[in-house]
Amino acid sequence: MPDIAPIVEMKRINKVFPGVRALSDVNFRLFKGEVHAIMGQNGAGKSTLVKVLTGVYKQDSGEMLLEGRPIRPDSPLAAQKLGINTVYQEVNLCLNLSVAENIFIGREPMKLGSIDWKTMNRKAAEVLLRLNIKIDVTRTLSSYSIAIQQMVAIARVLDSSAKVLILDEPTSSLDEGEVEQLFKVIRKLRDEGLAILFITHFLDQTYQISDRITVLKNGTFVGEYMTEKLPKLELIAKMLGKELSEFNYSATGEAKRDAKRDAERAAAAHGSSAETMLRAEGLGRHGSIAPFDLDLHKGDVLGLAGLLGSGRTEMARLLFGIDSADRGDILVKGKKTTLGSPHSAMMKGLGFCSEDRKNEGIFAELSIRENIILALQAKRGAFRYLTKGKQLEIADKLIKDLAIKTPNSDNEIRQLSGGNQQKVMLARWLATDPSILILDEPTRGIDVGAKLEIMEQILNLSREGLGVIFISSEFEEVIRCSTRVAVLKDKAKVAELQGEDMTERGIMQTIAGGK
Amino acid sequence: MKTKSIFSSRNLPMYVTICLFFLMFGLGAVSFKGFFSLQNFLNLFIDNAYLIIIGVGMTFVIISGGIDLSVGSVLALSTMLASSLLEKSHMDPILVIPIVLLVGISLGLFMGFLIQKFDLPPFIITLAGLYLARGLCYVISLDTIGITNAFWQKAAQSQINIGDSFISPSVVIALVVFFGGIFISRNTKFGRTVFAIGGNEQSALLMGLPVARTKIWLYGFSGFCSSLAGIVFTFYTQSGYALNGKGMEMDAIAAVVIGGTLLTGGVGSMVGTLFGVFIFGTIQLLIAFQGTLNSWWTRIAIGFLVFVFCFLQRVFETRKVAKEAPEPSAKAGAKAAEA
Repeated sequence: MPDIAPIVEMKRINKVFPGVRALSDVNFRLFKGEVHAIMGQNGAGKSTLVKVLTGVYKQDSGEMLLEGRPIRPDSPLAAQKLGINTVYQEVNLCLNLSVAENIFIGREPMKLGSIDWKTMNRKAAEVLLRLNIKIDVTRTLSSYSIAIQQMVAIARVLDSSAKVLILDEPTSSLDEGEVEQLFKVIRKLRDEGLAILFITHFLDQTYQISDRITVLKNGTFVGEYMTEKLPKLELIAKMLGKELSEFNYSATGEAKRDAKRDAERAAAAHGSSAETMLRAEGLGRHGSIAPFDLDLHKGDVLGLAGLLGSGRTEMARLLFGIDSADRGDILVKGKKTTLGSPHSAMMKGLGFCSEDRKNEGIFAELSIRENIILALQAKRGAFRYLTKGKQLEIADKLIKDLAIKTPNSDNEIRQLSGGNQQKVMLARWLATDPSILILDEPTRGIDVGAKLEIMEQILNLSREGLGVIFISSEFEEVIRCSTRVAVLKDKAKVAELQGEDMTERGIMQTIAGGK
Repeated sequence: MKTKSIFSSRNLPMYVTICLFFLMFGLGAVSFKGFFSLQNFLNLFIDNAYLIIIGVGMTFVIISGGIDLSVGSVLALSTMLASSLLEKSHMDPILVIPIVLLVGISLGLFMGFLIQKFDLPPFIITLAGLYLARGLCYVISLDTIGITNAFWQKAAQSQINIGDSFISPSVVIALVVFFGGIFISRNTKFGRTVFAIGGNEQSALLMGLPVARTKIWLYGFSGFCSSLAGIVFTFYTQSGYALNGKGMEMDAIAAVVIGGTLLTGGVGSMVGTLFGVFIFGTIQLLIAFQGTLNSWWTRIAIGFLVFVFCFLQRVFETRKVAKEAPEPSAKAGAKAAEA
């Protein structure tokens, strides 16, 4: 079909945010009667690209064509008027209004200056029937499931002027049956000639529904492929920004790269009889992560590997009590417990470094010392105040141990580099003397040297007997640090790899589903 | 299926209100001789015409998720303006009424503009409006201004007979506003946009609805209702006085809440508000017939009722949420087991 002109064409789009080059020279084409998926890791630029298309952001340079004519929508409304409609994950409708109203509000059929409810309800039922849905359109939207609400949102944008339909993570809160229902609708609309842009983190769904895939990596355009001609394994490699042949080589070479680490791994494998620090049995939370089993032994580094949105962070949040599980059990040191809150998790010897360092980690206005002491003070309670002398002693020791580069522990933390801030986060939890440490993307956004240092610290800690759960989107890092790797995909734990199987290719194959 | 949608839990507070009203009126009929008469029922309209009018405007504002605290003061300002224009400037009623209404609408539009344009909280802006309008009353006059205008006298004294009983012209005005309110809320784009804003303002914006314009006119409409209520109030009292309608904003809010309109916005009805006003009036009647209780007991009863109704609303809401929470799906588990 490539000989047909695309309905949407974005050419050499550039977008720079302060400090980040979000898109550089990205191309994108969308065809009539096709479902197109954009794939990429964290920071690949998917959402920025979509936001440029829908008028939320304005590109710095580059051209956007709709049916061959240049467009520059400056708001989502302007984009809608051009026929580019978006249905978001959080359905943007009014739950208090009836289904029919949600479809027609703003363009209600009128009769003698009054809303013609009869016609409106009839037309609404007709539009929904086109999507194979038969429901009572006079009931309030809140009385229907999210799946139906999404269909209503789609029905709303389906008038004659709709040319492009963008579905932003529509399936993340649907169950399998509902996803199938949605896909039926998407296929029907595609066959009727609509151009559909489908955004999802679910790899399998991408293959079920899309005809064409555009891959982005770090804000650059990797390529555009027909889905049927792109094996899953290759897609994953492209998302990681590598060629498959590279992995063939490194898969053999890598295992022997770090002999010392190998020995440790072997020891850990033997020592799996070692004390179990943390154990999850059938732990899960609806809509967040499917039930999983997990064991973390003393001195273990358990890596969590998976693509963006695979459920890594969700798993970590359950284990630290930030989100509460709705099924399964957590055992800390063999004892069944409930982690009702991060505080109770902390009191039981757990520590957690969030992936969102800026918002959920550091307190930018506080000093390094205060940032380090925070968790410890919280653990002791407000009435057992740490004297300044004691605080200094703890902070200085950790600054030295972790080699945090600062002249003085009283400096504000925001003056530190990202890598050193991350070390302060590590120090904060080490101050509480934890036995289990969960690190969510501790190496993100810091330079290579700092990455190596952080990884070295993680290994040191595990040697001292800590159990560490290490999350990173760089499979290479996960493998280098971990004694075992749990692989996640589509919000579920799918496998655990160790020893020989624990290679980048092994992880990718597990994710692709080919054994 | 039809009955199910009528008796959905959303409307339940309103039905509770209607039942409560009949219960209270029945209680009065059983307890006091002469309580149960058509005239006594019509007196609810006659005595509370101004509150019904203000209540209609307030219901719209609260459905949108806002609040209007200025209504009592705007009512007072309208009584002052009307009486002063009539008595001191000897203006014709044909001119006085539009002027008073225009002042009320303008004040409302001004507050709506500030609330919308600068994203300021309605509570604070209308509180400022409350002080401003009340202060302006004293600028016009410190004392009561009696009205001797013939038209006004006639409006006060005319009676429209219904059988042996009667209603006043004020009741006709209140009913027109009431039914107008029902029509606007159910059958106009403006009315439905108000509901949409109350349901989810962000969504309303993304759906391309004229949120800004609607919000500004909303307060303009409430200002119109308040000033019209002020005119009706002067029919009743034949005077303008700066202390008129002190605390009336609270009576109006209470009536709206008792009528089943959610303070969080998105849900409410004019019929509910009418019965909210009726309950208000019935409590006053009951206390008057009882004879020994201080009239302040009205406040205690109303206070108690508002507590009960807010509580009821919360109970209905939580029950709804619990019912709609997604059931944990067994499928996700099965998927993990397969893998």
